[in-house]
Amino acid sequence: MEFIIETLNLTKKYGELTAVDNLNIQVREGEVFGLLGPNGAGKTTILSMLSTMLNPTSGTATVNCYDILKEPAGVRKSIGVVFQESVLDERLTGRENLDIHARLYKLPKGIRKVRINEVLELVELKDRANDLVKTYSGGMKRRLEIARGLVHYPKVLFLDEPTLGLDPQTREHVWAYIRELAQKEKMTVILTTHYMEEADSLCNRIAIIDYGKIIALDTPENLKNTLGGSSIILQVFDIEKAKMLFPNARISRDKVILPVKRIETDIGRIFRTAIKNQLQIYETRIHTPSLNDVFIFLTGREIREEKPESNNKKVNGG
Amino acid sequence: MGIELNIVYTVWMRELVEHVRDREKLISSLAMPIFWFIIFGTGLASSISFKGLEGINFSDFLAPGIVAMPLLYTSILSGISVIWDREHGFLKEMLVAPVSRLSIVIGKALGGATIATLQAISVLVLFILLGIKLTFFTFILVPAMLVMSLGFVGLSIIFASLLKTMEGFNLVLNLGLAPIFFLSGAFFPIGILPAWLRVLSQVDPMTYGVELLRYISTGSSYIPFYVSLPVVLIFSITTIIIGSYLFTRKQ
Repeated sequence: MEFIIETLNLTKKYGELTAVDNLNIQVREGEVFGLLGPNGAGKTTILSMLSTMLNPTSGTATVNCYDILKEPAGVRKSIGVVFQESVLDERLTGRENLDIHARLYKLPKGIRKVRINEVLELVELKDRANDLVKTYSGGMKRRLEIARGLVHYPKVLFLDEPTLGLDPQTREHVWAYIRELAQKEKMTVILTTHYMEEADSLCNRIAIIDYGKIIALDTPENLKNTLGGSSIILQVFDIEKAKMLFPNARISRDKVILPVKRIETDIGRIFRTAIKNQLQIYETRIHTPSLNDVFIFLTGREIREEKPESNNKKVNGG
Repeated sequence: MGIELNIVYTVWMRELVEHVRDREKLISSLAMPIFWFIIFGTGLASSISFKGLEGINFSDFLAPGIVAMPLLYTSILSGISVIWDREHGFLKEMLVAPVSRLSIVIGKALGGATIATLQAISVLVLFILLGIKLTFFTFILVPAMLVMSLGFVGLSIIFASLLKTMEGFNLVLNLGLAPIFFLSGAFFPIGILPAWLRVLSQVDPMTYGVELLRYISTGSSYIPFYVSLPVVLIFSITTIIIGSYLFTRKQ
């Protein structure tokens, strides 16, 4: 089998609203695949359908060769899910939460203990494992949830906004874990996020989603390169001289825009040329397109950074 | 969709561990029946004499009614754990696991019934220490209490599955619990009630539970055991089946 996840015209409608619109994606084994888009774009709905928590209105998908509609049990065995909102039992200890999880996934007794210690080590929660979860900080809870998603060695790990509401330092920490996991365990990771840097720094490929549709799908580099890569922008007094010295530059009023491949080496070369020819530069800027630029370019809007949703929000499962 | 015993055990164990950790709940669930016993057993018994007790001491008559209290209250409250899990998300963790929903709901039901029965046993032990007379068949009380409790746990899961929110659930509890308890004849022989009230009493499932416990512990009851036993059994089986069905429904 070529793809570990494949969706076929996956669609979810809520009355008039189409949350997910004929989605077709293919994810290869071992990939870190990102679903990037603003809140309400349909990312969580896609994950809910792929994890068999929600039935699609039409279309289907396979996860690890199991059809989400016909073989939900097979799908569930293959996946680990870290939900957007915390689903820990705060009245139990960290270790007990992991133990219940291991039992729900039917790990044999001997293996349970080994795996639990292993994941606790990974997320650096071994010292606090026997404390009640309600005494944990937000970052610790998030790490515990990621650890829990890994206890049963899933083929695919779904992470729904893994760092939502975390402080920047903890966020970096969580990213490091995810990166390490994907490399070490050869696990396929599907993550949703509305943080540009998160998608950029973690994902092999990114699908940009808006209004339930994919509007772009590629590696972060290629997505950014669609906007023409990095450039150095010089503001000079003598435009004509600049034109002569840098024939490949684009000129916009008093600005000279120089497309560059590697800023680190190219910037020295440009300045040497300028100094040798006595071209006076009064301002220099470096522009590297971000995924945010890509999103603005594609939709004409910016992805808003929204406040995390409250964990107390009611979840209508069950 | 079958029942996986190890999953039932896991869910059951979680209910028990959490109950034992909740000190306030543990203490209040034992304190309430004792207060009732003191108020009714001493206060009321000395001022009123009921007809139809047929020579049984009022305290002995009252004891099974009080023992039945946690079997109703704790069992009915067990549905809160279903709503709690839904509101705090843990239900999702269980539902996304490769296990049958039936195993989860059965584990929850058995957990709630076990807790209620353990409380009833503690009250019973206390009464024995206080000198309540019991028949030789007292040990049969335990399975009877478990079955009776399962009936109300099932009822609770039905409400928890239908009502979704804690507020709605509490509202139903406040409206329903008191009549169920006071009509059951836990405090007085239903034989002395006027006919119209006795009819209400006889549609109250709790009545049959109390009467069954009373028959086992005192050897006599208004409703004969060959009526109360099957009613209690059928009530439990029905509510557990309906509760499981509503819980396992996928939205």
